[in-house]
Amino acid sequence: MAHLPVSPEKLIEQFGPHLNYPPREGFAGRDEPDKAVKTHCCFCGMQCGIKLLVKNDKVVGFDPWEEFPFNQGRLCPKGVQRYMQNNHPDRILQPLQRKEGVGFTPVSWDEAMDKTVAEIKRIQEKYGKNAFSVLSGVSLTNEKSYLMGKFARVALKTANLDYNGRLCMVSAGAGNKKAFGLDRTSNTYADLEKAEVIIVAGANISETFPTLTHWVWRARDHGAKLIVVDPRVIPLARTADLHLPVRPGTDSALYGAILKYLADHDMLDHDFIDNHTTDFDKALAAVKDYTLEWAEEITGIEKAKIELAAQWWGKAKTSFLLHARGIEHHSKGVDNVLGCINIVLATGRIGKPYCGYGTITGQGNGQGGREHGHKCDQLPGNRDITNPEHRKYIAGVWGIDEKDMPGKGYTAYELIEAIHRGEVKGLLSICFNPLVSLPNNNYVREALEKLEFYVCIDFFMNETARHADIILAGSLQEEEEGTVTTAEGRVVRIRKAVNPPGHARSDTSIILELAKRLGAEDKFTYRNSEELFNELRVASKGGTADYYGITYQKIEDTMGVFWPCPTLDHPGTPRLWEDKKFATPDGKAHFNPVTYRDPGEITDEEYPVILTTGRVVSQYLSGTQTRRIGKLVDLYPEPKLEIHPELARKYGIKQNELVQVSTRRGTDEFPANIVETIRTDTVFLPYHWPGKKSANQFTPATLDPVSKIPEFKVCACNLKPLGVISPPSTASGAYASI
Amino acid sequence: MPVTNYRTEQEFFVDMQRCIGCKACEMACSECETNGHESMIHVNYIDRAVTVQTTVQVCMHCDDPVCANVCPADAITKDEFGVVHTANTARCIGCSNCVMACPFGVPKKDEAYDLMMKCNMCYDRTSAGKKPMCATVCPTQALYYGTREEIAKMRPNSTPVNNFIFGKESVSTKVNIMMPKGSTSLIID
Repeated sequence: MAHLPVSPEKLIEQFGPHLNYPPREGFAGRDEPDKAVKTHCCFCGMQCGIKLLVKNDKVVGFDPWEEFPFNQGRLCPKGVQRYMQNNHPDRILQPLQRKEGVGFTPVSWDEAMDKTVAEIKRIQEKYGKNAFSVLSGVSLTNEKSYLMGKFARVALKTANLDYNGRLCMVSAGAGNKKAFGLDRTSNTYADLEKAEVIIVAGANISETFPTLTHWVWRARDHGAKLIVVDPRVIPLARTADLHLPVRPGTDSALYGAILKYLADHDMLDHDFIDNHTTDFDKALAAVKDYTLEWAEEITGIEKAKIELAAQWWGKAKTSFLLHARGIEHHSKGVDNVLGCINIVLATGRIGKPYCGYGTITGQGNGQGGREHGHKCDQLPGNRDITNPEHRKYIAGVWGIDEKDMPGKGYTAYELIEAIHRGEVKGLLSICFNPLVSLPNNNYVREALEKLEFYVCIDFFMNETARHADIILAGSLQEEEEGTVTTAEGRVVRIRKAVNPPGHARSDTSIILELAKRLGAEDKFTYRNSEELFNELRVASKGGTADYYGITYQKIEDTMGVFWPCPTLDHPGTPRLWEDKKFATPDGKAHFNPVTYRDPGEITDEEYPVILTTGRVVSQYLSGTQTRRIGKLVDLYPEPKLEIHPELARKYGIKQNELVQVSTRRGTDEFPANIVETIRTDTVFLPYHWPGKKSANQFTPATLDPVSKIPEFKVCACNLKPLGVISPPSTASGAYASI
Repeated sequence: MPVTNYRTEQEFFVDMQRCIGCKACEMACSECETNGHESMIHVNYIDRAVTVQTTVQVCMHCDDPVCANVCPADAITKDEFGVVHTANTARCIGCSNCVMACPFGVPKKDEAYDLMMKCNMCYDRTSAGKKPMCATVCPTQALYYGTREEIAKMRPNSTPVNNFIFGKESVSTKVNIMMPKGSTSLIID
């Protein structure tokens, strides 16, 4: 029974989202804190260093941490305001149980655990082990990510475990593994500094990774040319040397045409291609017809601009290509990534100073969280759960029989489908708010309502948690020790600043208690997070993401260690591939042929406009944390439909007029923001909001065949002006929309 | 005179090119209880319908501050380091002369407090040898605090300008605006 126990309005009244503001006179004790804890921001893959000021076991403010090398004190508004998630009135302070007609009532930890374990056992005995599932998330530390994987496989013995990294970097991961045999950005961002040309492909750096902008400008100060590929003029594109306003869903055509141009004009590194790569001929054959004219037709970018980009890229001696969700959130996400890698390999500019390539990981621990095994097909060290050798090694580390280790389970959205058709009956979620972050979320809601039992571990009652039977009061990032791995591949320490408040517990202790009650206590004997990390080190040893040589002390001594770091005396690997020995079985980098195909949904008479989605600078992902921070909400109170004046004229849409947006999956109303900074055939909605303000009620569940990432970045919609000017955004209450 | 560690060789530089409109500076500034949690720096769109360009408005700390000159209560003072301080709360009478006189439109009257408030270059930080908070957190370093030598070396394509021509009036300031290389003044007419 996972229908809401009472109306959502009642739940919001009790559990929020409410907006938290600092007192005008500041928090007591901020000027004389007991300690300033050096840790990291929780709100993106940059993992900026920050100091949290603590007084009487409460976080009361922040201070820039100017010694941390990546950001040297620099922060974005989310970083400045991150401490406001502490001491929040919405914080869940004790376990809660769903009560029909009442809402959620406090229960003791014993009662909550008893009920949870009894339901897990009932469901697994009745329907089989795999009928109970886990959805995890990569804002969790490496230790917790590792623990969730082991817990699902060893304590729950279920194959059905996946994570919200599925919505983030799986396309990049799959592409990187195909090409390089390893999934990590190849360089630190310091290598941007003297890159002659930088391509930023589908990465709204200025809003989603603001602190990375500094490094791009360092390069520009040295004369670098900046090429931004994006359907919108994002803030970074405003001053770029070249902006390529790509039609959503056509990225691989652009990179295919650039590859052909490089080959036709012999702007290739033949020595590198001949000696260190395979299948260049196949990649070239796939793009033999991809002329500039063809690419212009498909992508909507003037061919002169494509040619200029290809020339700049082709002639450069140093370069850096960065991409993110803009090319990855597609049913062709892996193809798009491979298209980018192909032009990097063709020019041989990798594994050298100022020659870089990489995806920019979005989530807090998007890098480390995707390496250590809470993904349906993965074991720690970025091992493969279907590989007999890998299974044997990890079974040995875990002290279990390899035959008892479950196999590959469903990916995140496939899991929702399995719940929908009644195959999966139970769910434990942590660090994941699928009602906001998964596509086609009306379908997701229906699935949640079919669950026989749902237990959620969280610190706030996120929109999905409202459907839970039991909520276990968990911990914020700053309430546990651990490590995370930044988007650069640097393993850094998250330091505990305060204890979980009230009767809330650390996520780790909750999972350990569940494991114990499920009869697996002997496999989960960690006394602290360092012991957990030390097991992770052993589990990753020999894998591609090898952390064995990284210790808490080494991180302490060096401000972070770049994996791979296979031995204790190894210094870590800031720049990959300097020896030109790639992690593929044959040691070579692999070109992959990329043939252009259309996105899953294309515009037609009924749905004639392209809808694309993304983020704003003041919000993080599904907004569980940032929609509760007053000053961040004030910066961008509600999602607005960005639309070009030409398209607005066609529909007779006025500024701030409410527009009905419809796709094959949903219909709702949004105020128009008429701006010239978007393509004339495309509208944009940011996705951080729930309910009627949700962009993901529109997005399709078309999955990439390899990575299974949903196609968030392109679908077909129609628009209808409603003749009503929207009230001011500040009155929208969108942060708590239902 | 209290002992300070104010580093006179350090200056404030604003580079509008780099501004991404994220408002980290506003967020950080408004953390200060001296300002009653109001930001003393303002980031605004120029014309969002046309561009995402934003502009930064912050006290320029004029060499000959008009705000101080027109203050009937002598509430605004410039110190030995060139920092023009926000209105002394004991003296300010909330008359708004400074608000109307400032050529850069910086001082704001806080109606709730009936006081003028503006940037004082984070005097609590700068007098202790630290950078102002906005320039510390600015993720693009559109706000930079350091020496002229440092910025000349780091940003060879731009020149700092601190001379502003308003019609026949010339105003020189402690705060610099980064302009195309070789610029000497900014004419606002």
